Amino acid sequence: MFLSQLSNNQSAIVDTVQAQGTQDTIAQRLSELGFVAGEQVRLISRAPFGGDPILVQIGFTRFALRLSEAERVVVVGL
Amino acid sequence: MSSIQHIALIGNPNCGKTSLFNQLTGARQKVANYAGVTVERKEGFVNLPSGRRLRVLDLPGAYSLAATSPDEAITRAICLGEMPSEPMPDVLVCVVDATNLRLHLRFVLEVQRLGRPMVLVLNMMDDAKRRGIKIDTAKLTAHLAMPVVETVALNKQGIDKLLALLDAEPPTVVNRVNQQSDIHQQVRAILADTVVMPTDTDHRDDMLDSVLLHPVAGLLILASLMFLMFQAVFAWAAPFMDGIEASMGWLSEIVATQMNDGLLKSLIVDAVLAGVGGVLVFLPQILILFLFILSLEESGYLPRAAFLLDRLMFKAGLTGRAFIPLLSSFACAVPGIMATRSISDPRDRLTTIMVAPLMTCSARLPVYALLIGAFIPAQTVWGLFNLQGLVLFALYAGGIVSALVVATVMKYFQRDKSAHALLLELPSYRLPNWRNVALGLYERAMIFIKRVGGIILALTILLWVLLTFPQAPENATLAAIDYSFAGQLGHALVFIFAPIGFTWQICIALIPAMAAREVVVAALGTVYAIAGNDEAIAEQLGSLVASQWSLATALSLLMWFVFAPQCLATLATVKRETGSWRMVGLMTLYLFTLAYLASFITYRVVLAVS
Repeated sequence: MFLSQLSNNQSAIVDTVQAQGTQDTIAQRLSELGFVAGEQVRLISRAPFGGDPILVQIGFTRFALRLSEAERVVVVGL
Repeated sequence: MSSIQHIALIGNPNCGKTSLFNQLTGARQKVANYAGVTVERKEGFVNLPSGRRLRVLDLPGAYSLAATSPDEAITRAICLGEMPSEPMPDVLVCVVDATNLRLHLRFVLEVQRLGRPMVLVLNMMDDAKRRGIKIDTAKLTAHLAMPVVETVALNKQGIDKLLALLDAEPPTVVNRVNQQSDIHQQVRAILADTVVMPTDTDHRDDMLDSVLLHPVAGLLILASLMFLMFQAVFAWAAPFMDGIEASMGWLSEIVATQMNDGLLKSLIVDAVLAGVGGVLVFLPQILILFLFILSLEESGYLPRAAFLLDRLMFKAGLTGRAFIPLLSSFACAVPGIMATRSISDPRDRLTTIMVAPLMTCSARLPVYALLIGAFIPAQTVWGLFNLQGLVLFALYAGGIVSALVVATVMKYFQRDKSAHALLLELPSYRLPNWRNVALGLYERAMIFIKRVGGIILALTILLWVLLTFPQAPENATLAAIDYSFAGQLGHALVFIFAPIGFTWQICIALIPAMAAREVVVAALGTVYAIAGNDEAIAEQLGSLVASQWSLATALSLLMWFVFAPQCLATLATVKRETGSWRMVGLMTLYLFTLAYLASFITYRVVLAVS
């Protein structure tokens, strides 16, 4: 399951971040922001106009991610 | 004596670094750009207890040394000592938000691997205490092998401890960092041993976000806030702008009565004083807009507005962060373009700057009012709308639609087509620190006056030369402007502008109107030799042009003003904000081209149907 597929207020555990191509700076940045295996994430809400971007809580921080970005993060349900 | 000469503040965005910088240096700071890039360089000085003076550099916020933006590249280069113009800081003062350690400690560990002397500042300890977060500072010091100082905004206790540390020898670097170990594992281990977090989130943030990010309530609140801000920039600034104009008029009059008629008087009154007034008149709008933007930024709301609007703006090749700069551009493109600084992605920022002049600014209104009043009958359409109002609305809508089209077209022409990330952190809500807001306002005002004001003043004087020389002969029969370079240029331009229906009078008037769009009304008055104040000119001019111009010419001129970059102040601001004359040239060229095409089509179509 991808992070983008969580429903509101659903928590999950990050499994991996999939890089798209060989030099995916977005995937690298996601890892630096704390999206690494074993971290708990929670989808807080979705933006109006089609639910993109989404707001997620990771660690003690909340980030807004576009769906295209969240589709790099593979999560497993709790 | 300590060998510490200069230090750099480093940390994640939203760690309160700039607050600390302001607290350390007060007003003793210098804001400029790093050589060759448009990244802001903030430097200040701090007096130590021993009386020594320390140079402090406030590095741009960064999530990682693996830079993904020009800001982060600068931070990286300075930390590594790879920036030729900047000496390597003697100590890196790493600032972290005590309530956000999971994210911020990772960066601290990354910076530590550089092997430079470091001090850790645990900022926002008051928020941490309020949320019941317990941090074992002694253990943290041991884990990180660097001095740790706790600070609270607006409280001098921690600052004094930090200054005492910096007055001593640089902290020793313990070389036991394992470069290979997983940095996230390390952070987890340190957190588990030193920090007790009752909850991952602040219930205050949860509550506010559930309202402010709500699909309906959130958008309504955003709309009201934007309405208030727009209203303020548009209406509240007006009395101050009138005041500035009146004072400059008063000053000109004093100079005029003290001096003999002649070129020097004209130079001082019509060029220098008019130029200074033309610079100062922007200040009220800039200050009011930035009062809103800085408060919203400080409170943590600005990224939330970007979150709400990102989808709408993204479809047009922009970003959620572009909304406020573009909205402000409806009042005036100058503060709007200055506000694009909150867009961290350089490509998104450039696109926003490029389309900002297409938003209908307030300087276009006198022109629209004159032409609509003279040519569009005040009749009712569909029993509901006023035709004049409809035309005005169409002009506004035309600007917005063309901005969307231009942004989309730019997306296809940009060399860098890779996906740029949003990855936007929504920080905890905080009450704005008014000292930070005041310092920010002062900075914006100074940047505008010093960097943009100089260009505007120089161009105003150049324009005066074009409008004054050569002077009219003794027995002149035409308006003096006719004999000047500007007049000759206007006559020469007829050849280019005849296909879009402009008369030679319009062509001449467009030249002084490069100073500002509304000047075209007074300039037309000069060309048609109508004397009097602005209102009298506008009134007589209305009936005069109604009898002399065709409807096609008038509509063509209206379209011209939707697009044409008839505003040197905007172009000067673009130079300052992009640091590139090429961008100024590109913007000027594309706007004039669009203006010409739109006017041409309008003129030909109206001619054909009428």
